[in-house]
Amino acid sequence: MNIGWYLTVSAIIFAIGAAGILTKRNPLVILLCLELMLNAANLSLISFSRMWGNGDGQIFAIIVMVVAACEVVIGLGLIVAIHRRGLRVDADELRELAG
Amino acid sequence: MSAVVFFIASLGAIAGAIGVVMLRNPFYGVLALVGHLLCLAALFLLLNAEFLAASQVIIYAGAVMVLYVFVVAYIGGESASLGASPGLLRIATPPIVVLLLVELLITTLGSGLKAIGTHGAKIPADYGSPAQIGELLLTTYLFPFEIASILLLVAAVGAVGLARRKAGFGPDDKPFDAATLAAAPPKGSGTMAEGAGDRAIVGAITGDGR
Repeated sequence: MNIGWYLTVSAIIFAIGAAGILTKRNPLVILLCLELMLNAANLSLISFSRMWGNGDGQIFAIIVMVVAACEVVIGLGLIVAIHRRGLRVDADELRELAG
Repeated sequence: MSAVVFFIASLGAIAGAIGVVMLRNPFYGVLALVGHLLCLAALFLLLNAEFLAASQVIIYAGAVMVLYVFVVAYIGGESASLGASPGLLRIATPPIVVLLLVELLITTLGSGLKAIGTHGAKIPADYGSPAQIGELLLTTYLFPFEIASILLLVAAVGAVGLARRKAGFGPDDKPFDAATLAAAPPKGSGTMAEGAGDRAIVGAITGDGR
């Protein structure tokens, strides 16, 4: 298949992830949609890596995976901390970060 | 053959993505994301990125998603009923997303790069293998590699700090204090001798005749 097809799929997945982030209220689902967007970017990076025929894009994709893992750990830690304080896990209600 | 696999995998990936956004229950959303990630791994294989496909399955679909499942199970079902945001954002989202998609397609497909219409450049035999990735990571990209390791360490420490239990296990439970810590397990706990069940040896090590 041509590289363009992979880039199209990547763009569609990215747009779906963006739609989820804009509309969802549950922080867990927002994190899931963030994963979608990061993976779409990964697919693009690997497509371009294949296009050029060298491994640079794949290294970039691995670093993106590392950053995504860190983001997940911190995000889920925050959600657990919010839940433990007895607050509702709802992105629209959590407006004040103080205390 | 590769075209058939491509269409099946990309349709699966898009369906999984839609499932993540549409499904109400976050648990099913996580499962949809696992399917999406597996389909993406198939796409990576089609792009000759074998090592990345394997790490996608092991790290993402394995480790990261297990973390999600645990947190969804911990938070429980009361957040499941949360629907979409009300108001302006809900109305404005479809045009924003369509614009974003069109813009992305213009920037990639309309970029004028001639290689986009091809199957890619000729690749060496070891393309995408662990050997090639490892060599690149430890030579050209050593600095990002080290930065990534520090980032992981910082994230691990931060997660422990965030999720730390500052009080006890329930309303009646006392927080950890000096008295709790002073009631430490007996000496020899966690040693190999204790694991072997040989109390005499433990006693001999610790000078404690139990």
